[in-house]
Amino acid sequence: MNLMEHMGIESDRIHFSWISSAESTKFVKVVKEVTEKVKALGPQQHFKKNDAKVA
Amino acid sequence: MLDYIDKIKEISERLLKDCSVEMVIGFRKGTLPMMNEPCFARTPEDVGQFVWDSNCGINLANYLTDRKERIGIVAKGCDTRNIATHIIENKISREQLVVIGVPCKGMIDKHKIATLFADEIQTVTENGEKILVTAGGKETPLNKSDVLQKNCAVCTHRNPVFYDELAAEKVEEQQDVDRYADVQEIEAMDTQEKWDYFESLLSPCIRCYACKNACPLCYCPTCFVDEAKPQWVGKGQDPTDVRTFHFLRAFHCAGRCTDCGACERACPVGINMRVFTKKLEKDCFEQFGWEAGMSLDERPPLDTYRPNDPNDFIK
Repeated sequence: MNLMEHMGIESDRIHFSWISSAESTKFVKVVKEVTEKVKALGPQQHFKKNDAKVA
Repeated sequence: MLDYIDKIKEISERLLKDCSVEMVIGFRKGTLPMMNEPCFARTPEDVGQFVWDSNCGINLANYLTDRKERIGIVAKGCDTRNIATHIIENKISREQLVVIGVPCKGMIDKHKIATLFADEIQTVTENGEKILVTAGGKETPLNKSDVLQKNCAVCTHRNPVFYDELAAEKVEEQQDVDRYADVQEIEAMDTQEKWDYFESLLSPCIRCYACKNACPLCYCPTCFVDEAKPQWVGKGQDPTDVRTFHFLRAFHCAGRCTDCGACERACPVGINMRVFTKKLEKDCFEQFGWEAGMSLDERPPLDTYRPNDPNDFIK
């Protein structure tokens, strides 16, 4: 994760969490946090391959 | 460093003569200046080809993977650390090896020297701290300390970590070096700058894989870049694929890289891909107090669990 951040991927795009199958509320909380942070950053421009242009 | 060679030859010859090893791995002169190549001496006569100078930057631990015979190996500080990593990872056993330790004063950077001259370099000779370069018929003296490989300039383990024979008196370790100045420089950038830095760093990459072939850690029978089912990474020159290759290769070296500089040295276009591995080396040192290959008894951080392992990133 440090290396991802080091080479220019926003750290808010990378999340790690440990959630038990019994922790539904924690799961919802984490998913909300992740989506909020990623939405705030906008679409990822790097590390993404565009489809080949077909004439 | 030049005077080490007599002792290296003497030890190698003795080992081969009394049959305690079947071959000794050392260096011989390459066909181009600053390009010493590995030499596998199987008879005492072969030993005559051995050389030792400031162009022995190749990491010879690379040639030990899965060998079955008894081997003598000429090893600098970083080589011994990689040999230790090989032993820990069961790629060779300690009993098979006779390590001829060579205290090292650093290797010279062939990329850097080549950029200093417009003409092709014909010969490079050295005398202590002076390097004499002949290019375009003109001789130019250089200070060795100015043209050291970047990793050698900040090396703090010049002496072999373990050895059976020693080719010379141990040298003084460098004390006042800032090992991670280059990593810190990148850490200080903002996200976009970091991305752009690596983008321009990798733009000349031709995916020749010289870096992974020179690396003693890259011994997988099939590398992830060569697999087709599934195909983990595209095989072309797409910047995303190039980045994925370098980035994942670095991760595979986490906690194992000794910063020997073999990858950078092997690169035909002079990319400093050490900035990837160096960051992981720094993280391992700071988070786990780990330096690869310093001991044969300690397991590396990635295959041990300790209750105080840093885990702040898990929410």
